[in-house]
This record gives sequence, structure tokens and C-alpha cells, in this order.
Amino acid sequence: MATELMAAETRAKRPIRWHVGVFLAPAVLVYTAFMILPLFGTLQLSLFRNIEQSQVFVGLGNFRTLFGDPNWSVNFWNALRNNVWFFIIHMLVQNPIGVLLAALLSSPRLRFAAFYRTAIFVPTILSFVIVGFAWKLILSPLWGVAPHLLDFVGLKSLFTPWLGKEQYALTALSLVSVWQFVGIPMMLIYAALLSIPDEVIEAAECDGVTGMAQFWKIKLPLILPSIGIISILTFVGNFNAFDLIYTAQGALAGPNYSTDILGTFLYRAFFGFQLQVGDPNMGAAIATIMFLIILAGVCVYLFLVQTRLRRYQF
Amino acid sequence: MSTATRSLPRTIGAHAILLTYTAIALFPVILVVMNSFKSRAGIFGAPLTPPTTKTFDLIGYTTVFGQGDFFHYFQNSLVVTVASLFFVLLFGAMAAFALSEYRFRGNTLMGLYLALGIMIPIRLGTVAILQLMVASGLVNTLTALILVYTAQGLPLAIFILSEFMRQVSSDLKNAGRIDGLSEYTIFFRLVLPLVRPAMATVAVFTMIPIWNDLWFPLILAPSEETKTVTLGAQLFLGQFVTNWNAILAALSLAILPVLILYVIFSRQLIRGITSGAVK
Repeated sequence: MATELMAAETRAKRPIRWHVGVFLAPAVLVYTAFMILPLFGTLQLSLFRNIEQSQVFVGLGNFRTLFGDPNWSVNFWNALRNNVWFFIIHMLVQNPIGVLLAALLSSPRLRFAAFYRTAIFVPTILSFVIVGFAWKLILSPLWGVAPHLLDFVGLKSLFTPWLGKEQYALTALSLVSVWQFVGIPMMLIYAALLSIPDEVIEAAECDGVTGMAQFWKIKLPLILPSIGIISILTFVGNFNAFDLIYTAQGALAGPNYSTDILGTFLYRAFFGFQLQVGDPNMGAAIATIMFLIILAGVCVYLFLVQTRLRRYQF
Repeated sequence: MSTATRSLPRTIGAHAILLTYTAIALFPVILVVMNSFKSRAGIFGAPLTPPTTKTFDLIGYTTVFGQGDFFHYFQNSLVVTVASLFFVLLFGAMAAFALSEYRFRGNTLMGLYLALGIMIPIRLGTVAILQLMVASGLVNTLTALILVYTAQGLPLAIFILSEFMRQVSSDLKNAGRIDGLSEYTIFFRLVLPLVRPAMATVAVFTMIPIWNDLWFPLILAPSEETKTVTLGAQLFLGQFVTNWNAILAALSLAILPVLILYVIFSRQLIRGITSGAVK
């Protein structure tokens, strides 16, 4: 390792510690070769275009096509818009439900807490293929489970084939995804709530702050760092999502591209689908945009959210 | 907590909400498994009742075992998951040990470099990964998947394991050094056994996304020989859209192994999350 050699030179008396290099090498090699280099390779590919069997440097040409050429831009902006909506639903539904469940689970001397915790986390461990297909069957008008259930609460008239209607399909799939992943915010918030020192709670009780007021005024500010982490995890996960849409609606993200998000758009651009021919360079351009979006989110989190939240930590 | 928060209505309310949500979480799973044991008439006639002697039928399972090569896919998934897990744990623990034990120039920088991958998904490099695999002739091999999953799992593994390795007593390691043990022996004989609980947590976190992944098998290894069970199930479900017995049976077969593993390891997993291993 270069760093180690330099260190050895400065402290000439110490022998080179080869074992440090041996311990680090396998991980660094695999990680660099299959993660970092391909990532930068993809960013680089997005600046080239295949013209007459050879790669030609076109600068930001691919991005101009992506944003401006109606063949691409209509789909791109549609996918981006859908992805933002996908994220908003997760933030508005998944995380509040997760916080609520965690708050209930962490109440002292609650019976069966271990059972609830285990059961609510089950969907999170299932694969997208199972989740996507199982919900497709449940929501299918052919089977009739969903209208049957709505009938129990007298709302049968509300049923429509949600996954088949343009205006509902994306929201329905977002809620399926929420159903699958609500266990993660629940667990992380639960862990944060358990780690609040008893003295803080006791002090609050001495001052007469109990129940809901205690949650809003004492516990919520203390778990804000965890809520920040959950938000960024949700953000990264959502702008990188693909599997659920692909299993439930196919690569065309029907009906009429209404459930198309950046992940499925990338897949179609890269591999081609039906009449469209695959284009690795355009695929790389879309991956670059996704990279920049995720990077921006992570930076906002690291520099704005986390530094501000630190004040509340112990 | 004061007596006010422990009052009976509050407890009942909490249980009611938690029970409702548990039902929502488990309902689809139970529904699918239950109906997979029914005849076609039973599935459509009374989807919400458990199989009775009249509706009980294993036709779905016989179709699945007759048609899809599920045993083979299952084997592929097992090979990929176990091999990736082995390399992630071994390489991850070694790197974590180097980062937490030795002070060398660039230590912090190396830690940050390796932590990059926690936030940036490896999927974004797919275009170049595929080119790399084509160039090295690894397309449609399980090796390609193992390499990619190892790279994917390493950042989080190193992050979690180095946190734990910092807590291993340095007296113990120094005693080993005085006794003339090499650094390698100290790592394999003294430190690794002590961080075994953390390794189990990392194993569970690494295993689930690998087993469930659809993206890389679809792109790097879609051939019949190398299909994983997730990809196999996806294609099978696409082919048998109208054969509900077969679909429900295939879904149940895909759910059960994961569910059994989860029930065995859930304590480990939940302890791992709640002990603050993931911050």
C-alpha cells in the first residue's frame, strides 16, 4: 500500500507493516474493481455516444438529448415526477406509521411486544417478486379479495382495479412499497426510543409532562436524528427503486407509463424494450442523473440536517 | 411512566393499533399460503377461508415441481448467497480490523472511501459492470454475481464490524503479542471469536438483499443455468399468469425458506438493529 510505504519512510526505524496491507487488500480490491471503478466508468460513458461502431466524445450531448429531445425528455420528466411522488408518499405514510408503531411498541411493560415486532417486520424480508405479485393478485378484480374485504366495512363501491388505472396505479404501488418497508423506520425509531435515558423521562414526569405531551415535547426532539437517517435511507432507496415496479407492472411500467420511475426508465434505456433498441450511453446518462440526485440528497443530509440535529444529541 | 400512561384504555388502544397493523402485515402472506393448498374453485369461490377437505388440492405444487426447475434455481441462489456472505464477512472483518487496530497514514481517508458505498447504490454502476463482465467473459456465471454482491456488502460490513472491533480489549491483543503471536493469529484466533455476535448481525443484513435481488441476476446472469430463485420465480410467474394454482404455490415456495430463516434469526436481526449497530 502506498500510504503505508510513505508512513514507513517517515518513521524509518519502524519496519514496513505488511500485515496492514494484507488485511486491507482483498476488501479494497474487490470494492474498487466492482463498485467504485464501474461507478466512475458509468459517469464517463455518459459523455460518449456510439457513432458508426465507435465511441465518440460528445460532452453533455446525451444530457441535452435526455432533457430536450421529445423522444426522451417526455419519458424522463414523467419518470422523475413519478419518482418524486413515490418518495413523497413514503415520507408522508411510511415514516409517520413507523414512528407511531415504534412509540406504541416502546411503551413500558407492553405485552407481546416481541411478537408484534417480529410480525410487522415480516414483509421487509420478503423479496419484491413475492410482494409485487401477491399484491397484484389481491388487488386484481378477477380474484375479488379486495372488493370482498371492502364489503366488510361497507365500502365496496370504492373498489376499482387500482393497478390498472393510470390515475391510481402509482399511488397504489407506493402504498404496497410502504407496506413492505414500514418495518425499517419502526425498528430504527424503536431503537432510538429505547436509548433515551430514564432520567430524562423521569424529570419530565416530575414536571407533569406525560402522555402525548411527553411524546411531542420530550421524545420526538430526541429521536429527530433517527428520523433524519430514516429520511435519507428512504430517499436513496426510492430514487434507486426498480424491482417492485418491474415485477408488478413489467418493464413498460404500465398503464401507459404511469408507474414509470427512474429505475425502470434506466432499465428500458439500457436494454431496450420491444421496438426500442438498447443504448448503453443513454443508460449511463440516466444512471448519472440518478447518481447526482442521490448525491445531492446525501449532501443535504450530511451538511444541513445532521449538523443541525447534533445539538439535540447527548 | 406515570400511572396515567399505563391506564387500561390506553393499553387497549395500543394493542388494538398494533394488532390491526400486524394483521395488515401478515394478511397477504397468510392469504397466499392458505390459497396455495386449494383447488381452483376453492381459490375463487371462497378466497378468505382456510382450505377444507372439499377444497384442499395440491395441483399447484405438482405443476410447479413439474414445470419449473426450481430445485436448480434454489441451488444457484444458495451458492451465490453463501459464497458472497463468506467473502463479505472474511474481507470485511479483515479490513475492519486493519482500520480499527492500526494507526497508519490515510486511515481515516480509507475509512471514508470504504464508507462511500453505504449511501451510493452499486446499481448505478450497472452499465460499466456489464461491460466489465462481458470483457472478462463472466456474463452468465455465478462468479459475476458473487463478485458484485461481495462489493455491495463490504461497505456496511466494514462500518459495523470496525465499530465492534474497537471495543475488543487491547490488553488481550497486547498479551498475545508478548506471547509472540503473529498479527494474523491475533486476528483469527483472538479477535474474530470475540466479534462473532456482530458477524451474525452483518450476515443477516448482507444475506437478505442478496437473496431477494432481481436486478443483477436479470442483467448479469439470466441464462437457464445460472438463474437464481428470485429471477426464476419472476419468469415463472410471468408465464403462468392464468394458472392461479401454480402461481400461488410458487409464491408460497418462495416465501417459506425466507420465513423459516427469519424466524430462526429474527432475534439476532432485531438485536442487531436495536443495539445501534446501524446508526
